Amino acid sequence: MTDAAPNPLRDPRDRRLPRIAGPCGLVLFGVTGDLSTKKVMPAIYDLANRGLLPPGFSLVGFARRDWANQDFAQIVHDAVKRHARTEFREEVWKQLAEGIRFVPGDFADDVAFAKLRRTIEELDQERGTAGNHAFYLSIPPKFFGDVVGQLKEHGLTERDEGSWRRVVVEKPFGHDLASARELNAVLADVFPTGSVFRIDHYLGKETVQNILAMRFANELFEPIWNANYVDHVQITMAEDIGIGGRAGYYDGIGAARDVIQNHLLQLLALVAMEEPTSFAADSLRIEKQKVLESVVLPRRLDLSTARGQYAAGWAGGEKVRGFLEEDGVKKSSTTETYAAVKLLVDTRRWAGVPFYLRTGKRLGRRVTEVAVVFKRAPHLPFGPTATEELTHNALVIRVQPDEGMTLRFGSKVPGTQMEIRDVTMDFAYGGSFTEASPEAYERLILDVLLGDPPLFPRHEEVELSWKILDPIMEHWAGQGRPEQYEPGMWGPSTADEMLARDGRTWRRP
Amino acid sequence: MIELLDTTAAGIAAALVKARTSAGSPVMGMVLTLVIVVDEDEAEAAMDAAKAASHEHPARVLGVILGDGRGTGRVDAQVATGQGWSGETAMIRMRGEVCRHAESVVLPLLLPDAPVAVWWPCDPPDDPATDPLGALGQRRITDAAAATRARTKAMEIQCASYARGNTDLAWTRLTRWRALLAAALDQHPLKVRRASVEAERISPSADLLVAWLQDRLKVPVERRSSEGPGITEVVLETGEGDIRIARPSGGLATFTSPGQPDRPVALPRRAIPELLAEELRRLDEDEVYAATARRLAGRGATKRAQRRSTGRRTTRRTGGKTS
Repeated sequence: MTDAAPNPLRDPRDRRLPRIAGPCGLVLFGVTGDLSTKKVMPAIYDLANRGLLPPGFSLVGFARRDWANQDFAQIVHDAVKRHARTEFREEVWKQLAEGIRFVPGDFADDVAFAKLRRTIEELDQERGTAGNHAFYLSIPPKFFGDVVGQLKEHGLTERDEGSWRRVVVEKPFGHDLASARELNAVLADVFPTGSVFRIDHYLGKETVQNILAMRFANELFEPIWNANYVDHVQITMAEDIGIGGRAGYYDGIGAARDVIQNHLLQLLALVAMEEPTSFAADSLRIEKQKVLESVVLPRRLDLSTARGQYAAGWAGGEKVRGFLEEDGVKKSSTTETYAAVKLLVDTRRWAGVPFYLRTGKRLGRRVTEVAVVFKRAPHLPFGPTATEELTHNALVIRVQPDEGMTLRFGSKVPGTQMEIRDVTMDFAYGGSFTEASPEAYERLILDVLLGDPPLFPRHEEVELSWKILDPIMEHWAGQGRPEQYEPGMWGPSTADEMLARDGRTWRRP
Repeated sequence: MIELLDTTAAGIAAALVKARTSAGSPVMGMVLTLVIVVDEDEAEAAMDAAKAASHEHPARVLGVILGDGRGTGRVDAQVATGQGWSGETAMIRMRGEVCRHAESVVLPLLLPDAPVAVWWPCDPPDDPATDPLGALGQRRITDAAAATRARTKAMEIQCASYARGNTDLAWTRLTRWRALLAAALDQHPLKVRRASVEAERISPSADLLVAWLQDRLKVPVERRSSEGPGITEVVLETGEGDIRIARPSGGLATFTSPGQPDRPVALPRRAIPELLAEELRRLDEDEVYAATARRLAGRGATKRAQRRSTGRRTTRRTGGKTS
């Protein structure tokens, strides 16, 4: 850009003014998927409703369907009506609808991509999108290569001076280190690093961003945020549902690749990292990367990991099928639906503090949380019976649902002589926040359009995560079939034994 | 709901604790106290707006209705938690002598440490910061557009008495307009030569918008009258052509800029709960509003001085409203 004078209507002190994305459009591949209709389209509408999309914003759908523009607009309309967070306003819809286009075609279809190019050029003319376009690949990763190759071949990735082209991809970012590198090579071949946005929707959540606020804006927690006071950390992401109709995706991938590699390791990085020099994307990434580089695996993986498959039984009052009986799952499948691992962070701050990560399907309830469990007081000046029910102090960051924070500490039971028991103190900005606070996808899509990358993992982080996970996956591959666990409970007994060996127990979230 | 007749602050405080305990959840997750000073007629609408805003900002909401100030003092209250509220509420009705000492009832009921916002949904005091109730808050929210007396001058009066922490919903209503205008100049970094704002004849928001544009752009800004609703058009004149946002019917606007096709853009008029929620998001001083208020107040003062010195009727009729 030229040395234009600063915009006189902007003032850094004017924090009411939201940042509105500049003129741009979004091209969506894979328009009928769950993710597109439940998350992406509603988020776009919600952004428009909040006045954060530029006038002239355009949405182009690309799929193998025999549709006209109106048909696609109808799909978007229905998705918005059903899933949008904010109320439906006719004028907002009108603003959006005028910019909706559809290009029918196959990923191998040259004619279709030529038409896509013409469509985008027309939009630049008619709607003033100024050559700025983001390509959202809501499609299986095996097609990334085809689509990106086509985009390049048809000149869709060429940009004029001052405009941008970006690509957005969803997890999984590969299934091991080699495939992640391959995938990255495919994208990097066409798009420069800064133009690739990997969406890990957990990072768009308010509570996750609040981890940074809590850690670095307060004086209260930082002094105890280290191995001197912290006994261990438990990071849990549990789902009460089974795999549903996703056998095709899930079988062969499993819980560890699906969740630990991205969400849980990102949470670990945010909890364990040092203070970044600023909240700029690069500074954050450097710190996260440092932590991920310092993660080491225990020597005996058989003693420090656990996995399982949910069996048939009762969960939450419902009779449910076991994983091996789900449609589309091979009877001989060794894919785990529960995974727990113990990781160590080799830094001065965390030396000797284990991080236990667990995730699973068909567990007791849907919950994601980070529990920082503190050591017991070194000396208790009470009688031995007084503190029998006192365990460890803990600080729990509840990511979802019911976002908030819980502090567990000991308190005297009223009416007794001196009986000390665990009590919890709850902060639930959350309960109400869920309604009013923007969905993670809104934040992330807006950040893509603004070109603001702090909340997106870079390929270095993705590769480091695979380096952590690959040895575990290899170990499991040689272990035969995973243990069956009862649905609706908290996972296989081997996971409990794994903690018991360290003299600890899993928290019931 | 707990009904208290002829009570005191201590009685209300005890009832709040009791209501919380009987609701089964003795925890307090409230982030601020919101004091609403309101008339009996407007009370219900104001409490509804606060209820909606409480979902984003769980708060202790104290509705204060000041009745007839004559006779012996009496305080009645209704205390509740839950029922669609995130937080807890007390509706306090005062009459008689105590009306002149309302702060003595409210002060003991403020949440410890948490920030306090005071909101006047209709007629605000001329100087909210020195008002006894206003002085309790670090955020004082007025609404010049809802004033029932001195309607043409309500905004000027508020601007003239501006103090740190004051804000007016007429300013909040402008956020979308201002965001769009700022975004327009992001896209077209052009020098603006002059500007104009067209709105209803009495529109505090339009007056503020004129003052803001003058303050930021340092160019003449013309104020034109229309039938409304609210602000109907803003034009920024540049060397390459006009940047124009026209919203003739309050909802969908048309955005016109040099060398670009016309584009529709949603610019809805936002309801009070949404405005209130925006106000409660930031409780520190709004420096840009401060500068805008100073400019508007300064302009009013100059005009009054001119009027006094010339004494011409015509100036009086047009001045201050349409220019």
